[in-house]
Amino acid sequence: MDLTWTEEEEAFRAEARAWLEANVPRGLPSGDTAPGFALHREWERELFDARWAVVSWPREYGGREATLFEWLIFEEEYHRAGGPQRVTQNGIFLLAPTLFEFGTQEQKDSILPRMAAAEDLWCQGWSEPDAGSDLAAIKSMAVRDDSGAGWRLTGQKTWTTRGAFCTHLFGLFRTDPSAERHRGLTYFLVPLAAEGVTVRGFGRLDGDEGFAEVFLEDALVPEGAVLGEVDRGWEVAMDTAGSERELTLRSPGRFQATAARLVELWRERPDPGLRDEVVRAWMDAEAYQLHTLQTVTRLAGGGRAGPEASLTKLFWSELDVRLHETALRLLGPEAELDGPWSKGFQFALAGPIYAGTNEIQRNVVAERVLGLPRR
Amino acid sequence: MLEKECPPAALRRAWANETGRVPGLWPKLCAMGVVGADAAAFSPLDLVLVLEETGRACVPEPVVGTFASGPGGGAAAATGLGLAVSPLVLYADSVERLVLEHEGGLWSLPPSRASLAPCPAVDGSRRLFEVSWDPGDAERLELDPRSVLDRAALAAAAQLCGTAQQLLDAAVAYAGQRHQFGQPIGAFQAVKHKLADVALRLEFARPVVYRAAWSMDPVHVSMAKAHASQAALLAARAALQVHGAMGYTVEHDLHMWLKRAWALAASWGDAAWHVQRVGEAVLRDRAAAPLDSPVSPGPGRLGTGR
Ligand SMILES: Cc1cc2nc3c(=O)[nH]c(=O)nc-3n(C[C@H](O)[C@H](O)[C@H](O)COP(=O)(O)OP(=O)(O)OC[C@H]3O[C@@H](n4cnc5c(N)ncnc54)[C@H](O)[C@@H]3O)c2cc1C
Repeated sequence: MDLTWTEEEEAFRAEARAWLEANVPRGLPSGDTAPGFALHREWERELFDARWAVVSWPREYGGREATLFEWLIFEEEYHRAGGPQRVTQNGIFLLAPTLFEFGTQEQKDSILPRMAAAEDLWCQGWSEPDAGSDLAAIKSMAVRDDSGAGWRLTGQKTWTTRGAFCTHLFGLFRTDPSAERHRGLTYFLVPLAAEGVTVRGFGRLDGDEGFAEVFLEDALVPEGAVLGEVDRGWEVAMDTAGSERELTLRSPGRFQATAARLVELWRERPDPGLRDEVVRAWMDAEAYQLHTLQTVTRLAGGGRAGPEASLTKLFWSELDVRLHETALRLLGPEAELDGPWSKGFQFALAGPIYAGTNEIQRNVVAERVLGLPRR
Repeated sequence: MLEKECPPAALRRAWANETGRVPGLWPKLCAMGVVGADAAAFSPLDLVLVLEETGRACVPEPVVGTFASGPGGGAAAATGLGLAVSPLVLYADSVERLVLEHEGGLWSLPPSRASLAPCPAVDGSRRLFEVSWDPGDAERLELDPRSVLDRAALAAAAQLCGTAQQLLDAAVAYAGQRHQFGQPIGAFQAVKHKLADVALRLEFARPVVYRAAWSMDPVHVSMAKAHASQAALLAARAALQVHGAMGYTVEHDLHMWLKRAWALAASWGDAAWHVQRVGEAVLRDRAAAPLDSPVSPGPGRLGTGR
């Protein structure tokens, strides 16, 4: 084990820090509203033009071929500089790793550069009204078009984050209703502008229009809209779910920056009764960073995301809630005011629900990490 | 080696014998270089996994005291250590020397020159003593008590990880084998989630312990001891609950690990004591920008071991 950065990594950090300090926009409104989203999209373009949008990607798609460690450094610096939420995240962090793994050359060439440049904005279409934790219960269907021009999609997706502002959706559709639940599903890449697709945005807990439902009625998509093999979409989807939990969705820099703000808040209002809670929350953010380094070391050595990813998801989501709860307690009566901490708190509360609820993650840890019996 | 030389039956015998230790085990630990003269060649990072294993096997030997007063402590003989935060001295009657804190310094003397009053402990293999001694009979050591405390806390943290792992493994095994209501109890979600929580705390304590072994920074050590203590106490609580009454009898081996977890969690500074120490560093001077501070060094590769 060696916890020192190399000279190249330090140089990378310095370059990222200098650029971010000079360019990070201040006070952007929430990206989960229509006007806010447009401003975030401009910021994403700036990132792309300076080659900071997707540092770990190949150069031809707009990246810098950064190592996983450099990616972590960039994330640390991004959050340290107070960089805003990434409205491109579902594309660049969730779909892209799956495309690199399962996409055809043509799919990669046509989709990735536009995704990186925030020309196409991707949302995630897993959940349906009757399929939440039990994702394999999805009912949305895809049937081959009679003319052979592709596939016809019918059904409803819901809880689609920023669906009302995105241009494309990736998601699962049932292609073989006679097969066992997890079989007969196919992974589709769907332009939301396609005829037969209707999107309705609606408010999340904080009131922002961050959710959407997506209705599909006989919407036609071409053959090239299938990612991976037909009827094998479950395996492809699980790959995305793995990235979401293991690493890419929530890098430690984000929580360390929140922990640093919590420490600042404590100094402004030093409440001895909450001292230990602040320190413990800060220590947990450190533990998350160290654990991530261990994971990155493993992945850089050729390891793959496994069921341990569920431990990661449990930890960051509960850490985020703890950090914000502690901050609100420090704020006392001001906690009820609409502000960055109360907003962050409401968002943190979603962590134990999305990306697989924490009850489901605990089942996964118990059954697949510890080997406890399923029944 | 520990599976062979220190199985639960040997530990059980140690509980009942005169010294609380496993006869013949200490020289074997020395021969492996875990403790003793050869260990001086290894860094804490080299030894952290071995220390963890001694915790997993619940080894009843003066490992922490000897490791803590290690390099620079003169002859690396079996050491009973007494510091202000952990004043009782483990195995004081059967070690070769005592290292004791007095007026901000550390002193060494053979047990024969001290007067020892036994203090019965809950963990029957932990033979603790109150030591009365006269500095006139002792030799002053060029050791900083704070660095000895850090080494002791690190060793205890590593052992706690091993103890917690063993408690978790025992609970998982029992939950797979014990049937009630026509199914293994491990298939009940309330049991699953309890054990998943233990796995979670332990998974995130380990890298903190390894980082502390790498840096030996006092604040890192305190984070390690706090995380490991909490993980082990949670593991003990869950393991007992999952075993039901079977875990509540001294006829089952589990109790020896429970009591070790409680003892190690409380010695060399408990979680609250170490959180306090981290707080002094983080909330006062060093946390102006935690991402830059020496508390949080720009980290690089964190492997599990060397
Ligand atoms: C902020 C946010 C953003 C989201 N974004 C997206 C998105 O972009 N795309 C998308 O497809 N989905 C999205 N989701 C939906 C998310 O994936 C689902 O909410 C999640 O999978 C849980 O499904 P559900 O809400 O239907 O809850 P349910 O599955 O109905 O669960 C309700 C409760 O029952 C518990 N429960 C269910 N099954 C079990 C079990 N077997 N054992 C123990 N407890 C169980 C759950 O843990 C939960 O507490 C988002 C959700 C949120 C909150």
